[in-house]
Amino acid sequence: MKRRKLLQTAAASATGLTLAGIPLHLLAAGTRGGTINVALQPEPPSIMIGTISNGPALLVGGNIYEGLLSYDEKLVPQPSLATSWTVSPDGLTYVFKLKPGVKWHDGQPFTSADVVFSIDVFLRKVHARARSNIVAVESIKALDPLTVEFRLKYPFGPFLGIFPANGMPMVPRHIYEGAADFLKHPANATPIGTGPFRFKEWSRGSFIQLVRNEQYHVPQVPLVDSLYFHVIPDAAARAAAFESGKIDILPGGSAEYFDVARMAKLPGVQLSTKGWEMFAPLSWININNRKAPMDKVEFRQALSLALDREGMRKVAWYGYADVATGAFNSHLKYFRADLPKLARDKDKAMKLLAASGYKGETLKLLPLPYGETWQRMAEITRLNLQEIGIKVEMVPTDVAGWNQRLNEWDFDLAFNFLYQHGDPALGVARNYTSSNIEKGSPFNNVEGFSNPQVDALFEQGQKETDPAKRQAAYYEVQKLLVEQMPVAWLHELNFPTLFRARVHNPINSATGLNDGLARAWVA
Amino acid sequence: MKRLQFMSVRIVQGLLALVLIATANFMLVHSAPGDPVSIMAGEAGASDPQFVAQLRKQFGLDKSLPEQLGTYLTHVVQLDLGYSYRQQQPVVKLIMDRLPATLLLTGSAFVLSLIFGVGLGALASRHAGSWVDSVITVVALIFYATPLYWLAMMAVLVFTVQLDWLPAFGFFTVGADLHGFAKAWDIFQHLLLPSLTLALFYMAVYARMTRASMLEVAQMDFVKTARAKGVRPARIQRNHILRNALLPVVTLAGIQAGGMIGGAVLTETVFAWPGIGRLMFDALLQRDYNLLLGCFLFTAAMAVLFNLITDLVYTLVDPRIELS
Repeated sequence: MKRRKLLQTAAASATGLTLAGIPLHLLAAGTRGGTINVALQPEPPSIMIGTISNGPALLVGGNIYEGLLSYDEKLVPQPSLATSWTVSPDGLTYVFKLKPGVKWHDGQPFTSADVVFSIDVFLRKVHARARSNIVAVESIKALDPLTVEFRLKYPFGPFLGIFPANGMPMVPRHIYEGAADFLKHPANATPIGTGPFRFKEWSRGSFIQLVRNEQYHVPQVPLVDSLYFHVIPDAAARAAAFESGKIDILPGGSAEYFDVARMAKLPGVQLSTKGWEMFAPLSWININNRKAPMDKVEFRQALSLALDREGMRKVAWYGYADVATGAFNSHLKYFRADLPKLARDKDKAMKLLAASGYKGETLKLLPLPYGETWQRMAEITRLNLQEIGIKVEMVPTDVAGWNQRLNEWDFDLAFNFLYQHGDPALGVARNYTSSNIEKGSPFNNVEGFSNPQVDALFEQGQKETDPAKRQAAYYEVQKLLVEQMPVAWLHELNFPTLFRARVHNPINSATGLNDGLARAWVA
Repeated sequence: MKRLQFMSVRIVQGLLALVLIATANFMLVHSAPGDPVSIMAGEAGASDPQFVAQLRKQFGLDKSLPEQLGTYLTHVVQLDLGYSYRQQQPVVKLIMDRLPATLLLTGSAFVLSLIFGVGLGALASRHAGSWVDSVITVVALIFYATPLYWLAMMAVLVFTVQLDWLPAFGFFTVGADLHGFAKAWDIFQHLLLPSLTLALFYMAVYARMTRASMLEVAQMDFVKTARAKGVRPARIQRNHILRNALLPVVTLAGIQAGGMIGGAVLTETVFAWPGIGRLMFDALLQRDYNLLLGCFLFTAAMAVLFNLITDLVYTLVDPRIELS
């Protein structure tokens, strides 16, 4: 591991000819052939990631579809389907040059017309996140077959961060153009992309097979012949399958943390927490700011001070998490490092609780139904809150019930975690701005927090392209949010990927396994 | 003639019951919190009202509940179970794809449990009070009381992780491209653990029931008469006692067979067996309404069918029972 990392960084600085930091000649040293088996859970509804963008769909579909850009672990844009890009001085016009000679899996050439169709027609219609990412876009034009021009309505700081395959996948115009309903298009069952692997077979309930794209536009890759994604619904069964060697990769989140801690020590097993830099998941307890006593800032601060985040980190997460400092994950751009980690202070918490006018109401706490770890988190939280005198009633639900209750704001306290998508304007603002208070999604401002200053600062950060000015706005908002405590932030989650030592180089970008296994090899 | 009349009456009754079941299922499923749209929006990690409204319209969830029920029942009567929007395939196709795996698993477990359960029960009753009886009774009790889930996990840990004798998951070795006998052998190996774990519980139940029932019948006058006439003990055991003791076993077997389609959720989950039980469970978690209702209706139809078959088998086992 160490040696490879050293080689990567050394070589990357020496030559411009690299792929996600890995020089081509090193890739050539990888062995060709073989098969990689990956655990998949839950089974995705579809792997056409232009229409379905849940975790498992991206895990598979990221091998089939590509975006204009990819991102290294520092979130710096790297060429993918676009090889270069220029920005006008006023920050309103972006011109992308596309890679020549790229072909769809059915042999058709990939051109600027596909880009315009994908973003302006297809994704705008069916992809909620892409749609919100391009609100600033005035027009998208194909200048020639390999040049695309974006004109913006106003400067948009995070613009170059919206083009990864998982957020803005390119889809084939020649297949979808003119279709009445993209969501129900029969071609979704046989995805056609430009990526390193082609769709071969999907045996529902069992596995999905992808095979090497021999016409891939990057020479030497992909290295393996075939990928199998095995649907194994039970966490203990996934662990057993991995342990017995039938599964090579357990992606982050697919094993219970007590199993992760145990299996990471087994011979022939490696663990990595890389590949989540783009997502930078941050967990918290949503506090329903609309209702008493949670509408009092003293109460929210008391609640936050009662929590033993360090204990949770050790007991529930087995160390694979870091205590948060506030609304930004430390991997995120413009993270303010001088804020202290959120710590426990029972005495202060009790004083604040008394000052908040809390009258002993019983609060409904909604655990996140995503396995044992979240169950432990809810139990510890209940204990912590009871210790300072807050009455808590647990309301267990399944995933559908959890969604429903958050959508309808029917909770007092609820666990949640969100991806930050590489830029505060893309992944943070949505949870705190007043304009995003709207029923129907568990991932917008469900806590109902509203503060004009916070709104103004987030807007300033979004519409500014000068990094220094953006930083000033975001530094200010981080401080303000911690004071207001609209939610009780818990941890930066470091989802561990377990893989068997025969698999080399499975993770090599800020989107990790979601970016595909083109550069992985087996030996 | 009588049998034909009986059958037709029962079939009509069964069909009526199925329509009632379909209605009840529909109401139950829709009363659970959360709908498929909120799930899909949640999984996408982002959604806006436009996305949600778009999906609701597509799934037909924007209509009133009675209207949806009306549409559903009209389709069901025409044997159309609808379309799974989540899986983007017709429900009937999804169920039929999973049917072979489920039938193989539950069918083999059914046969195994019946043969060994009745056999062991008969053996135990024959040697009532001896060590053979004690061993069988205790073992049956253990398997009866042990949770299926735990048993399955232990089986995987021992035979797959520790010994590496048997495969851990799935229906066959993916990517092996086997044919003919090699393929059958491969499936057999995959089938062994799930089928055994599923069979053990019912095996225990049949053993206990057969034993108790046979001991009871053995006290009856006609058995004493047979003994007094000098009939060979083995013949008494088989023709006089076992045959008469089988009625409760038939009842239970009917129930097991009726639940065969949907009854293997836990086993199918632990062994990643691509069967209908799991299909149904996933559909439940994802509020995949059409698929869930389709699975429910299918299993209900199986239960009704096997109920009918059980009644017919009664008359074969005990000619005194008449169809009416």
